[in-house]
Amino acid sequence: MDLLEKHRGIAERHARMLAMGVNAVGVTNEQMISPTRAIIDGRETILAGTNNYMGITFDADCIAAGKQALEDFGTGTTGSRIANGSFALHTQLEREFAQFLNRKHCIVFTTGYQANLGMMSGLAGPRDTIYLDADSHSSIYDGCTLSGAKLVRFRHNDAADLDKRLTRGEGEEGGKLVVLEGIYSMLGDRAPLSDFIEVKKKHGFQLLVDEAHSFGVLGDHGRGLADEAGLEDDIDFVVGTFSKSVGAIGGFGAGNHPLFEYLRYAMRPYMFTASSSPASVATSLAAIRKLAAEPQRRQRLRENSARLFDGFRALGLDMGCGQVSPVIAVKCPDEPSTIAMWNALLKSGVYVNIALPPGTPNKLCLLRCSVSAAHSDADIDRIIELFGSVVAQGHGKQAVNA
Amino acid sequence: MTDTVAQICTLLAPFNSNGTVLSASTDISSDLNIDSVTVMDFVMEVEDHFDIEIPLNILSETRTVADLARVVEARRKKE
Repeated sequence: MDLLEKHRGIAERHARMLAMGVNAVGVTNEQMISPTRAIIDGRETILAGTNNYMGITFDADCIAAGKQALEDFGTGTTGSRIANGSFALHTQLEREFAQFLNRKHCIVFTTGYQANLGMMSGLAGPRDTIYLDADSHSSIYDGCTLSGAKLVRFRHNDAADLDKRLTRGEGEEGGKLVVLEGIYSMLGDRAPLSDFIEVKKKHGFQLLVDEAHSFGVLGDHGRGLADEAGLEDDIDFVVGTFSKSVGAIGGFGAGNHPLFEYLRYAMRPYMFTASSSPASVATSLAAIRKLAAEPQRRQRLRENSARLFDGFRALGLDMGCGQVSPVIAVKCPDEPSTIAMWNALLKSGVYVNIALPPGTPNKLCLLRCSVSAAHSDADIDRIIELFGSVVAQGHGKQAVNA
Repeated sequence: MTDTVAQICTLLAPFNSNGTVLSASTDISSDLNIDSVTVMDFVMEVEDHFDIEIPLNILSETRTVADLARVVEARRKKE
């Protein structure tokens, strides 16, 4: 039997989309003008689906730091830190990230995906159990699979459901790891941390929070949901990415555990891949300094998010989350109408994400916006105006009324 | 049809959007044309109905309703 035959269904689904004259998974940014502008299909387009929360990708100091690192350290590391050794920049980045996070230890990874693969598989092994939120990102699911641990899925954001499942597993040997996310990437909702910490006090597990979408965004220090909630002491491990608020590529895991550093010699996604490129590490370092020095970026993001949220609410759109968040998803009725509306938005000059099952919870079809601190009021208003004409007056409104 | 198979078929009915006739030999994912996330959602309902734990790890070897019934029965005995 042909190996690729099993993907026939994917090909047919893709063909159905192309038949509508749309390729929502094949967008090319022909030119990047700014953190919030690109040329797509020859048109200047507002970017509202790139997770560029801090709008830092064109920051002059970050660019200068990246250029300097290229000059000083070259284009690549040509291997793993275990095999080739680290560059001074890697250890400096880990030191400064640990400081920013107020954690004793920080390990950086080449991508955010690998950070979750590494942390899940380094922390849990075949004798342990990982309890993961049903809406967890694929990198968490994949990291869990790599770990070989027993995997138990609990209902999204439901601490009582976790409690029930932990009770079912009582008396079993091995460690227990619970995995939550600060902001869930599809709907923009947050984990009810204090509820989960009550369950932690009752059952005693180790707790990891993935702050991929909340790092830089939430909390007085920009450290994420646990920072905002004042509950960092109850979180054992933090994971995050450099590809969103930090505007580079890479990821991190951090914690205070005395054995944390030894994870370096136990995490295959850290050991058996090339370390981050010098330019990416240097821009991450420059960006973290900016995030620490410029809290107004977070403030601006909050204002922009509230402006978009209020505008969508006034249009009567059915949003994924009732709380203001830099991730604002609009629920749509079905796949064909979502594709059509996404395409109409793009042709009118706004790029958002299209999110379809199984990448979404509860089989939702979503038009997902991510807000940036670099969006102007006029950008936000234009996005609202276009959602008004394309979504509210189109099929999206029917979903609300249904 | 055993009692466990019958109960699983009842739990599976809300996920059966293409009108497949449900039986012990029904392949949950391919016959009902449901994706991996939906299969996990369904298994969560089975866990709660029988008050047992069905780790995700065993789902790759659990294709049919009969496979799942065997898992359920083994896990109920353990409790």
